[in-house]
Amino acid sequence: MQSLTSRAKAVDRKPMTMWEKMYIPAIAKGMSITFGHMFKKKPTVNYPEKTRPFSPVFRGLHVLNRDEEGRERCTACGLCAVACPAEAITMEGAERLPGEENVYREEKYAAKYEINMLRCIFCGLCEEACPKDAIYLSETFAPSNYTRKGFIYGKEELLIPDPVTDPQGFAKARGEHQPTTAK
Amino acid sequence: MADEKKLFKVTIDNITIEVEPGTSILNAARKIGGDVAPPAMCYYTTLKGSGGKCRTCLVEVAAGSTADPRPMPKLVASCRTNVMDGMVVKNITSDKVIDARNGVVEFLLINHPLDCPICDQAGECSLQDLGYEHGKEGTRYEFARRTFEKHDMGPYIQLHMTRCIMCFRCVYAADQLTEKRQHGILDRGDHAEIATYIQKSLDHDFIGNIIDVCPVGALTDKTFRFKNRVWFLKPVDAHRNCSHAKCSGKVTLWYRGEEVFRVTARKDQWGEVKDFICNECRFEKKATADWEIEGPTLVSRHSVISQGHYVGVERPQEVLYDVLDGRKPQLLMDIHSVSEVDRPEIDLSKINGPAHSTDFEPHEARGLNPTSQAGNPWNTGKLEKQ
Repeated sequence: MQSLTSRAKAVDRKPMTMWEKMYIPAIAKGMSITFGHMFKKKPTVNYPEKTRPFSPVFRGLHVLNRDEEGRERCTACGLCAVACPAEAITMEGAERLPGEENVYREEKYAAKYEINMLRCIFCGLCEEACPKDAIYLSETFAPSNYTRKGFIYGKEELLIPDPVTDPQGFAKARGEHQPTTAK
Repeated sequence: MADEKKLFKVTIDNITIEVEPGTSILNAARKIGGDVAPPAMCYYTTLKGSGGKCRTCLVEVAAGSTADPRPMPKLVASCRTNVMDGMVVKNITSDKVIDARNGVVEFLLINHPLDCPICDQAGECSLQDLGYEHGKEGTRYEFARRTFEKHDMGPYIQLHMTRCIMCFRCVYAADQLTEKRQHGILDRGDHAEIATYIQKSLDHDFIGNIIDVCPVGALTDKTFRFKNRVWFLKPVDAHRNCSHAKCSGKVTLWYRGEEVFRVTARKDQWGEVKDFICNECRFEKKATADWEIEGPTLVSRHSVISQGHYVGVERPQEVLYDVLDGRKPQLLMDIHSVSEVDRPEIDLSKINGPAHSTDFEPHEARGLNPTSQAGNPWNTGKLEKQ
């Protein structure tokens, strides 16, 4: 029969020699490879205790940003939602009332903002689409959860801690690498 | 056929068309259609006297007519210049025109706040389209943009004077559609503004049409204000028998789910309204029961409004019921049990004017607390170890 590739090899059906029938040398050879690995550098880390450094372009859990005065940047313009290929983002806008100027940066804001983490594919297009620098993907893994309900992230989960009242939490949530579009 | 009119032969961008005498260059170009038609911000076919203000429709006339084939010395506003027999017009084929139009757009944007993320007109804004096509990325303007005192124009119409480009369309519309115009242009030059002089609400029953006529977001629907972005709504053509004598009753309903968020008159391919509608149709009739639905509005494929709207979709037959011996598939999660967006018991379209923080009672009031399951990963210490 004509072989399909030029690399075809006929199966060797010769009876095993005495040396091969003993098996012990083959086992010893295999064990030496195994033991040899014990003295090599470990490629893994003990994850929860140790973490690897994130790449500067790592795309993790979303953060809804605040400005330096702690006002929410998002204006519910819907560009992240329209850019989202997984259609994970939904929102509802509202008008800022007098007296809420220290909470919301502009006259329109996102009263509701939700990301369905079951749908999100962490592509980062929302971050690219945002004209207000309001959403970016942080250097954190999205936490796991036992229920599906726990993956619908609202503003409570997404908003960054207030830099005025909680500067430490703000810095931590921002991560080591500032978002590249930050002004 | 003695009374047959002599038609004028015009060549626009090397395309020759025969039009009736008295047609403007703009309308002749629109007959050809496509890219040949110059953009127009202030000209409005149904409004007499409109046009000639924004200068975006400038074209080059390379030959005046067969009788006098000299070119016109300057670029002309195509909405106000009528065609002559044998006229040769250059629009997009002329570098001078493109250059002038870029300049006009830069001028229009000098005082424009560019608050598109907030503006309700975004997605169907003529200035946005124009800026996208001709605008520069940055601005050369170094001074503060003009600002105005806020005028309240009543419960239906929201005025954003900073966005206005002074096209005068709303003034002509109020003049020609209502018996008594209540607003106009005050002051002049840089201080010119649309206002009612004495703080007065516009209450004529046809005044809502100035919203549709406005090419930018200066006049927007207050009952729709901030409710949703237009590209997330589904436009559907509908009509009703309106008791108003002048109202055509032909509208476009903008749906989110089952809710009618907004009612507008129907715009043609040039963004103009032919059949104006009354305030009752526009602001009061926001239920499907009020209307006879005709079908989805045809939206240009290039418009952002067409995103996510699929026309002529054939859904495959649902086979799950047969496979499961008639049992229904088990839903793993009802999104409304946890989501705070689009909650069934809050009817955003029923709220007059924009929603406020007071319109959304906290989620806990429903006896649901999804945050106790997810928790704020930034605050609850879930991420402490990382």
